[in-house]
Amino acid sequence: MSNLSNEEIQAKAIELLEEIVTREEPIKPRDRMKIPPQAMPHQNEFARRNNLDEVALGLTMEQARLEAMRCLQCVKKTCVNDCPVFIDIPGFIQYIADGDMQGAADEIKKVSLLPSICGRVCPQETQCQQNCTVGKALKDVDKGVAIGRLERFVADWERATGNIKIPEVKPETGKKVAVIGSGPAGLVVAADVRREGHHVTIFEAFHKLGGVMRYGIPEFRLPNDIIDQEISTLEKMGVEFKTNFVVGRTRKLMDLIKKDGYDAIFVGTGAGLPMFMGIDGENLVGVFSANEYLTRANLMRAFDREHADTPIYQSKNVAVLGGGNVAMDAARMAVRLGADNVYVVYRRTEKEMPARVEEVAHAKEEGIEFHFLRNAKRIIGGENGRVKAMECLKYELGEPDDSGRRRPVVIPGSEFTLDVDTVIVSIGNGSNPLISQTTPELEVNRWGNIIVDDNQKTSVDKIYAGGDIVLGAATVILAMGEGRKAAAAINKMLSDEFAAEAKNN
Amino acid sequence: MTKILHKKQLSKDVYLMKLDAPLIAEERKAGQFIILQLDDNYGERIPLTIADADKDEGSISIIFQVVGKSTQDLSKMNAGQSIPTLVGPLGTPTHIDNFGTVVCVGGGIGVAPLHPIAQALKAAGNKLVIIIGARSKDLLILEDEMKAIADEFIVCTDDGSYGRKALVTEPLKEVCERNPKPDMSIAIGPPIMMKFCAETTRPYDVHTLVSLNTIMVDGTGMCGGCRVNVGEDVKFVCVDGPEFDGHKVDFDNMISRLNSYKDIEQEAHECNLDRQVEEKKMEVSK
Repeated sequence: MSNLSNEEIQAKAIELLEEIVTREEPIKPRDRMKIPPQAMPHQNEFARRNNLDEVALGLTMEQARLEAMRCLQCVKKTCVNDCPVFIDIPGFIQYIADGDMQGAADEIKKVSLLPSICGRVCPQETQCQQNCTVGKALKDVDKGVAIGRLERFVADWERATGNIKIPEVKPETGKKVAVIGSGPAGLVVAADVRREGHHVTIFEAFHKLGGVMRYGIPEFRLPNDIIDQEISTLEKMGVEFKTNFVVGRTRKLMDLIKKDGYDAIFVGTGAGLPMFMGIDGENLVGVFSANEYLTRANLMRAFDREHADTPIYQSKNVAVLGGGNVAMDAARMAVRLGADNVYVVYRRTEKEMPARVEEVAHAKEEGIEFHFLRNAKRIIGGENGRVKAMECLKYELGEPDDSGRRRPVVIPGSEFTLDVDTVIVSIGNGSNPLISQTTPELEVNRWGNIIVDDNQKTSVDKIYAGGDIVLGAATVILAMGEGRKAAAAINKMLSDEFAAEAKNN
Repeated sequence: MTKILHKKQLSKDVYLMKLDAPLIAEERKAGQFIILQLDDNYGERIPLTIADADKDEGSISIIFQVVGKSTQDLSKMNAGQSIPTLVGPLGTPTHIDNFGTVVCVGGGIGVAPLHPIAQALKAAGNKLVIIIGARSKDLLILEDEMKAIADEFIVCTDDGSYGRKALVTEPLKEVCERNPKPDMSIAIGPPIMMKFCAETTRPYDVHTLVSLNTIMVDGTGMCGGCRVNVGEDVKFVCVDGPEFDGHKVDFDNMISRLNSYKDIEQEAHECNLDRQVEEKKMEVSK
């Protein structure tokens, strides 16, 4: 993180950009490597402890152009190969370097409908940016070209113009596709299938659209207006939305085909079944799944105590169990809800944490304390069955396990106690059984994840699936990648049918 | 949006509403519930049992008691108005079979969720002994409806203002002592009542179902706020329930969890009172 103020960062960028664009000779790769990586302007770490506003403020125009000029326009595009949806990354970056923002936006939108979301929440450091030549040369993945920040910049630029281009929709085919779940996988399927002229209905169990992006990811990482914006684009394309509709309960999955005449279904219901530790005291008052804590704060607006009817626990000392992005979100939300001390308790070391480096850094800036190589042994109750403390054990790293990470091994007799009144369990999600339970013909594995083939097709004809319900808990962009594949398969199936019908008529 | 077709006050704080919800009416089975919300942005999600449904009319009925701000606001709505968010049917339906003789025990507002289950049990050929109770006469609901499907019917009130002066556990114990003992019982009401009904039937080894109304957010298994200890297992009321074996439910933990937000709600209630006092003052000063 940069120690400079946002104003200082911007002043330097203006100066440098001016110097580069007024040069006589064209910029050489050597000069590109000399441009410093552009630091992300941030909301002040003290102020942001009391609001839900976005923490990362986005690059300025000058910064974006400089960052874009750092790209070497490699012939072998490792970044494109590492992108789950294969955006032409050097292509859109070149437009930014040239100052043609509309060109950049059009290039991204050829394949990604949700750039303002991906630009914010994708783990670029383990995807497109991971093998960036610039980062390799500088021996630091974080010094590679900041592809995500550039993607976000372009998307925000287009949104600010108030003139977002609506993708073209082919003439109506009369085919109907049901998309179950309005999370990242579902939205991509809806867009891709609708573009081919098929009617699309998205069914959402909640009263608001966006799935995990709405109930899970807090506004300080992904503001609601951005989700609303992406969804309004789909609406303008003619996608139909049905909220408060639980497929499996309000209507059985197969009935959507048999009774309602849908020609294909995509199941993108996510990984909505919180896992718990299975330790003593886990059902005491004051122990929450991260899902519950974040849903109350985000979807139900409990952060806004003055207006919201949904209560949220008033905590002084909070322990968050887990080391993923959701754990960071929960810990940072607890800070914003007024907790004095927030501890993240993780059984491995910082290096093994699955959370994004940027999120961990933000959490630290906000005063969150990390307890590495520690794990909860039991939660201790006090008055009225409420949490009073948590007993922990210390760990050390042993041999690598199946995941390749070194296995944490408990140190006998190392018990110690943390005084906490709230424990938030954030150790992952299982697959939600609602659809599989009410659709026995759908094959699932032993963890309840729906089994699909290479085209995301399930064991049942006309039914496809993707995202966390297939992958287990993963990321927004992987869900989108699966959605893209499923949509292509659905489009192919429907166009074959359409052609066959046309021939018969 | 779900339109309110009809509203009727059943007792001092208890209301019945018939709602236009054709899909839910078609799918719902005894024991299932809905979740509603009065404001899409700031409203809270309230789970309520489906008390009845009419497939032909495409309607469902809910019965609720005014216990907080949201139920108070709901009680003020009228036929013709619409509820912004309503989702269902949720939960696992009651397992209905011909068990033989079933004792159905309903306490207070708990008679509302009991009614559709008793109806289904009756239709499956069971002999029903129905016991309903409330603190006092004016809090009793659905007496005629329950009486109509009962083979044997007992009413009691805590204060003796109507029927027998007793807690429901008294007649329940007497029924369990009969020879032959009942084949099953189902008890729905306040948590403390269900706990003592389960304790009453335990020595007689009469299987006892209870229907739990815990804190919930989504109602689809996503949040885990509704979790309860059932024997050695942790169960989610919204997807695994709402009905469980009463002899296995850890009621004490459930009751403390139900009070998770009591202090905050108390505060909100007081704030509300303060506001009302302020508003009154304003009116007076005008």
